Amino acid sequence: MADTVVDHKTNIIEIEHVSFSYGTTEVLHDVSLSVHRGDYLAIVGGNGSGKTTLIKIILGLLQPSSGSIKLFGEDVAAFKDRWKIGYVSQKATDFDLSFPATVEEVVQMGRFGRHGLLGRINEEDRSATRRALEHVDMWQYRDRLIGDLSGGQQQRAFIARALAGEPEVVFLDEPTVGVEQQVKDEFYALLRKMNQDLRLTVVLITHDIERMGHEAMHVACLDHTLFFHRSVDDYFKSTHTLIHPHS
Amino acid sequence: MFDLFTYGFVVRGMEAGVIVALIAPLIGIFLVLRRYSLIADTLAHASLAGVALGFLLNINPIISALGVTVASSLGIERLRNTKHVYGESALALFLSGSLALATILLSLGKGFNSNLFNYLFGSIVTVTQADVYMILALAVIVAVAIACFYKELVYISFDEESARVSGIPVNRINMLLIVLSAFTIALAIPIIGVLLIAALIVIPVVTALQLRGSFTQTLLWAEIISVTSVLTGIVVSFYFDLSTGGTIVALMLAICLAIFSLKSRA
Repeated sequence: MADTVVDHKTNIIEIEHVSFSYGTTEVLHDVSLSVHRGDYLAIVGGNGSGKTTLIKIILGLLQPSSGSIKLFGEDVAAFKDRWKIGYVSQKATDFDLSFPATVEEVVQMGRFGRHGLLGRINEEDRSATRRALEHVDMWQYRDRLIGDLSGGQQQRAFIARALAGEPEVVFLDEPTVGVEQQVKDEFYALLRKMNQDLRLTVVLITHDIERMGHEAMHVACLDHTLFFHRSVDDYFKSTHTLIHPHS
Repeated sequence: MFDLFTYGFVVRGMEAGVIVALIAPLIGIFLVLRRYSLIADTLAHASLAGVALGFLLNINPIISALGVTVASSLGIERLRNTKHVYGESALALFLSGSLALATILLSLGKGFNSNLFNYLFGSIVTVTQADVYMILALAVIVAVAIACFYKELVYISFDEESARVSGIPVNRINMLLIVLSAFTIALAIPIIGVLLIAALIVIPVVTALQLRGSFTQTLLWAEIISVTSVLTGIVVSFYFDLSTGGTIVALMLAICLAIFSLKSRA
């Protein structure tokens, strides 16, 4: 389990009474949770439990039917410092493999949020791109086309892209689906390193409920509504009473 | 061979051709990678309605084509965003609708003549010095806009959702891209012709993508293929008295097939 110091006074994410429906189907019902600076939160739940919808609402990609979301103390709709957020989407590695971009070009995209429209890429951006690639041990692949890499290498490149903007919080949406056990182990080790060495707040969506007990600091169990959101220690004490999300 | 440069219309055709050849892949690379290739074809058909309107109102057909194509581009993007119809259905509506409008306007303006043929398939003979200046002005607008929003366009083309999360105004950049496509089509009409413009925008990029380079390399290859095809096409069409647009597109396809063939053997 990670041992980063969590700043309980600083809420990076505050979600209050959020509900969301696709048409008449309610996907999220009255969800409230908060994430502190330095936290490592795993949001677990089965297929269709609303995990990805919740992340998209937090990121401002979807509007909730009701409730409020604050990022760094600001309403998400008014939040401008987008560079503070790193994001690896569920479909990150499901991209067009023939897209003509090198690993370095892809990772550099993570710096674009640091510049407004019309901003140019500068030497600092190139240095940050290099640091992010070195952090995930992918610098030697910088000139390779992204579509030519293995699934695990692509995943690392996308994490590097999320890190390149030097964010304060990183959201990862089921990044280990369909990857081998060894790649998963390397991935979780990398997340620990990001959380501990870079003091990065991590929000991870995953099916991997058993593994999260050993990796994350906090676990939030979601099945349309939040029925558990506490520390991992509490989670282990409560597992016998928890209704496990269907997987 | 250099005697062809003694003809003023050839020089004007070359000038306009190089400008068009440089601009088309700049837009084309984003349209192709975003699977928007058919937008170029749809806007090209919309530009025919603009050319017909120019004949009817006795104004420069490039100006009227620009107006109609930009209006159509805004209409297509708005219709797609409403999600009342599928994206490709929106294109089909505009493509057939603008072609119908073009034929009606041409009938009204008695525009079914040899002049129309030049606008349909392109001809260097039709390019006036005023056209060259107008093409240059439109090209500068497109090139400056692409240069300003290059990084946003690249990011959106690769991963629209992440681009949105990073704060890029995706809808506005998409709108800009489609309006710039309308500009590119309008400026390419005299050289390549309404019916073949989409080929100029799409084929060099599709060919360059086969060479498997970085984004910058792919764009550079597309530019080389485009400029080579246009210049060679103008020369060949001059000496063999062929349609300029048809010759240019045939050369582009020949290069594309040659690269496909070499790639499949490798």
